[in-house]
Amino acid sequence: MGMTMTEKILARASGRDSVRPGDLILAKVDFAMGHDLTIPPAGKIMREQMGAEKIWDPERVAVTQDHFQPAKDAASATLGRLTREFSHQMGIKWYFEVGQGGICHTVLPENGLVLPGELVVGADSHSCTYGALNNFATGIGSTDLACVLALGELWFRVPETLKFVFHNRLKEWVEAKDLILYVIGQIGVDGARSKAMEHVGEALKSIDMEARLTITNMAIEAGAKNGILEFDEVTREYLEGRAKRPYTPVSSDPDAEYEKVFEFDAAAVELGVAKPMSPDNYAPLSEVVGTRLDQVFIGSCTNSRITDLRRAAAVLEGHKVADGVRLIITPSSHQVAIQAEREGLIRTFLAAGAAWTTATCGACLGGHMGVLGEGEVCLSTTNRNFPGRMGHPKAMVYLSNPAVAAASAVTGVITHPGEVLKKMPAGIR
Amino acid sequence: MTFPKVLRGRAWKFGVNIDTDQIIPAKYAIYSLGEKELGKHAMEGVPGRETWAGQVAPGDIMVAGSNFGCGSSREIAPVAIRGAGISLVIADSYARIFFRNAINMGYPILQSPQAAEAVEEGDELEVDLEEGVIRNFTKGDEYRSEAFPKFMNELLHMGGLVPWVRKRLQERRVAAGR
Repeated sequence: MGMTMTEKILARASGRDSVRPGDLILAKVDFAMGHDLTIPPAGKIMREQMGAEKIWDPERVAVTQDHFQPAKDAASATLGRLTREFSHQMGIKWYFEVGQGGICHTVLPENGLVLPGELVVGADSHSCTYGALNNFATGIGSTDLACVLALGELWFRVPETLKFVFHNRLKEWVEAKDLILYVIGQIGVDGARSKAMEHVGEALKSIDMEARLTITNMAIEAGAKNGILEFDEVTREYLEGRAKRPYTPVSSDPDAEYEKVFEFDAAAVELGVAKPMSPDNYAPLSEVVGTRLDQVFIGSCTNSRITDLRRAAAVLEGHKVADGVRLIITPSSHQVAIQAEREGLIRTFLAAGAAWTTATCGACLGGHMGVLGEGEVCLSTTNRNFPGRMGHPKAMVYLSNPAVAAASAVTGVITHPGEVLKKMPAGIR
Repeated sequence: MTFPKVLRGRAWKFGVNIDTDQIIPAKYAIYSLGEKELGKHAMEGVPGRETWAGQVAPGDIMVAGSNFGCGSSREIAPVAIRGAGISLVIADSYARIFFRNAINMGYPILQSPQAAEAVEEGDELEVDLEEGVIRNFTKGDEYRSEAFPKFMNELLHMGGLVPWVRKRLQERRVAAGR
């Protein structure tokens, strides 16, 4: 019997010839990540409770200061300090200080730290993002992370795999975000609970790595353990000059067993949103057009890489943010910010009347720089809109792609980007 | 920590897809190292449950619907529930990271669609963790919970991942001749 990509990685990492769904394994971790909210508890548990003095491999750990940093208050400054001290004391090689890193899930791929065939864990639920690079990547808790830091290994239950085949190509304006929101709308927030989501097909082959990262980023919003894509020329090119270690891609066997196979015609997917208060509350954009907004937020590990900002800038060029609405743009990393500056995107944002912030998770989790008040309505390029996610439990959050968000900031109501910009200029991806 | 055999308490009932930002809003993540402080705000993000934590009596039992604890990986979610005084969570099903976190903490959780369906708020429950049986004194019912794989049960009974790692570190030290 053949194995899926996920099964092959877990078999290799646990030193077995093969694994089956349901197997409980102890597996070696290739790379681990923690941040300012999860390193302090993990470090404390590792040292004070587990009795470990050092970490298993300082070259295979990354730490970012992203969630509540730059510190939003005195308590988060303490978490930042504990994160900084632990990283320095343990000699962690990939420590990213405020102003030099950004959001973990953008920083790790752009630095070539998470590679094909690897087993990656991160103490953050969106760690599934890395799977776009053909690895097994999953979110874990702080006690889990303490275990990995101490031993370099962790227990896993081998997941069943759901296969998603996307035929044909996405239409004009329709982005990876629209596709994954549509899929989550179809299967629900627990539709892939504890399972692997393997995504294949022409629609994915024809999109770039940043768009692919948006697809795997949201695997957790369907409850999945991991999202994983095939290795191809796009993957190879993205990693050229970035990859910090040699790597070995994996592919699923032709006779691999899937719990279920879903087939979608990507060309039939429309621009869409997730309406409040759940990521699976999908609606075609046409159903919500005209909805009045208080705030538009372009940011997060889902949709604030350079290609996202280019599309937002193309829509905003020569326009102003509408009266009565505020637009907040938060790049997902320092490198993204540098590139946006080089390309003149920041000038476009500032001229339009947008607030441009430093790279941070910021408003996405109701942290800082754009937290919502009672009854406020926000259109956001982020990943989840459960009650209270971005602030007050009675704030209403719609999720969309960056071009829709930018167009809606210009009009003040949810708007098709084609209403503001005739056509996305060629070459803007 | 020794793992209890029988727990008794009053039920608090919650719905489906209760996510971690409702269990403990992210703004309280600044208290990541303080279980009692987190406990004061547990379930505050669930509409209508803003003052719930103050009404919990130590030992009470939480009963919830499917996909409990979806969303973030932050371990402060089960920590906050334990900090509020809840002795045990029973749900129809769990989101995987919440499930892992609870097992790793040695915090008892049970999966029982039967109980999630039948139990109502305020019911008096007795739970035999070894037998996996939930008795409802208010209704005179009895429900089964689903058995966990052996390794997870071992982890739970030894008090979670911390003692397991201590043991494994010790084995490595011995193997290295220290």
